Amino acid sequence: MSIRRTFEEQLSELQSDMLRLGRFVEEALGKSLDALVRQDLQLAKQVVEEDDFADDMNFGLQARAMQLLALQQPMARDLRIIGSSLRIVIDLERIGDHAVDIAKVVRSLAGQSFFKPLVDIPRLGTLARKMVADSLQAFVNRDMALAVQVARDDDAVDELCDNLQRELMDKMRDDPTLVEQATRLLLVARMLERVADHATNIVEQIYYVETGEMRPLAREEHGHGLALAPDALEHHPSDHHNTESMGADPDLPIITAPPLGHSSWHNGSGSS
Amino acid sequence: MSSFMTIGTLEPKNKGAKPIMQTAQNLEAAPTAAPSEAPTGTTAPVPSPTILSRPASASVENGRKPRTESQMNITAKVETRDLNLFYGPKQALKSINAQVAANAITALIGPSGCGKSTFLRCLNRMNDLIDNVKIKGDVTLDGENIYARGVDVVALRQRVGMVFQKPNPFPMSIFDNIAYGPRLQGIKHKQELRDLVEKCLHQAALWDEVKDDLKKSALALSGGQQQRLCIARALATKPEVLLMDEPASALDPISTLKIEELMRELKQQYTIVIVTHNMQQAARVSDRTGFFLLGELIEMDQSSQIFTDPCDKRTEDYITGRFG
Repeated sequence: MSIRRTFEEQLSELQSDMLRLGRFVEEALGKSLDALVRQDLQLAKQVVEEDDFADDMNFGLQARAMQLLALQQPMARDLRIIGSSLRIVIDLERIGDHAVDIAKVVRSLAGQSFFKPLVDIPRLGTLARKMVADSLQAFVNRDMALAVQVARDDDAVDELCDNLQRELMDKMRDDPTLVEQATRLLLVARMLERVADHATNIVEQIYYVETGEMRPLAREEHGHGLALAPDALEHHPSDHHNTESMGADPDLPIITAPPLGHSSWHNGSGSS
Repeated sequence: MSSFMTIGTLEPKNKGAKPIMQTAQNLEAAPTAAPSEAPTGTTAPVPSPTILSRPASASVENGRKPRTESQMNITAKVETRDLNLFYGPKQALKSINAQVAANAITALIGPSGCGKSTFLRCLNRMNDLIDNVKIKGDVTLDGENIYARGVDVVALRQRVGMVFQKPNPFPMSIFDNIAYGPRLQGIKHKQELRDLVEKCLHQAALWDEVKDDLKKSALALSGGQQQRLCIARALATKPEVLLMDEPASALDPISTLKIEELMRELKQQYTIVIVTHNMQQAARVSDRTGFFLLGELIEMDQSSQIFTDPCDKRTEDYITGRFG
């Protein structure tokens, strides 16, 4: 039985709300990608308007984390959770900003038909969004294998993004009338690449919370594959009190990702 | 075309892992209909992660993370090997193997009765004064066993000084408090004593406050000043190691911070061991921390490691306030 119940409740709420912010921006990203593919201006407008929520959550969470640091003097895993939350909420908020950036591109492309069916951008978007969702899932389930997977996916995003940029630049060279639209699509690709980077930052923080190690997962994965010490994750001293400290009830379902649509995007977008 | 996005279900990759938390109440209920199709062919193929997996049941009763202590290159000033101490039939210290790093501050933490003060008192044989104490094992100072036959205990205590929880100045003047030990050591020359007293008061960060009042009774000083006077007094016999048993627990916050700052100054010249109930103090002031529990030294490591990511779950429990 813990003797710091109030603190643990506050810590648990901080994490719940961080997750809430994460799910919000992940959905915003999904909406902005949907809006792009469907050229749905109403949906794009909604993404822009709703972003204030993410900004407010970001400031609120940071303020609460600072308060917990100042008033509760957390140690060990508690300290790592709070310290990393200060970083994670910023990454989440930036993901929300990128969703807004994409929604604004949708507005600027209003009324234009795409010069070719969108294939690679939705693919890139799907992968980037999956990385965000996976990073949240890794956080919820304390799943370091999934965290590592997110860092690994970043390579695929980078490669896809590079190819897309090359292709768009070729198109622009061939037909200068495409410059405006292609440039805007380049911007979207860039935003999605940034989203993936933020997701990678997030799993690096989660990895730190769980293992006490700060490691550049993305770089390591990019270099020569991760040589993680599996036993670094076994027998962590904080494991035993986690469930009770988070007020978890094993009978309740864990949080899973938000609804993610019903059909795969390529049904409607032709083949590449 | 209704929707373009399919990401797939987000099932935990490792079902055995404990969830970090449960559904937040204020999260909107996620529709339960999972996408029926996997996004096959829509994303780059991702190999399933096999690099590591969390144990299905992270049961680590008294477990220790299999990570070796983050060793600095410690120059041990004081070392104990298999140190056991009994008060009558009761064992108060159980096979303590510890290294006290030279020119560093080592903090000893742990719940009341865990043996940390007993351990501290072993380092200058203060436990010898207690009846019915039996000590087994070695305690070495610069490699010499201080419990060996023929060790001069008075000389030992000059090398290993001590500051106690409650300030205990002698009922005499400030000057005489500090000059007491040196006089016993045979220093008679007045100027030499004056220089020594001034130097010790400087080192204890008390000189500026008392320099015009050295004849005043030490008992007229404030608690914080008295404690710094006791530190100055301990320094006067030129010790190499300074043992501090809760030196700030009876002091106000400002005096406490002064003592802590003083300790950081002193560690350039002295090896300091401090027992404290105040974890934040241990974290603020010490280079290394040892955690005692029920007479055992559970873990000793760099303080930065102990307070951010300790090896042993019992340490984690104690410093996060989950017991103790």
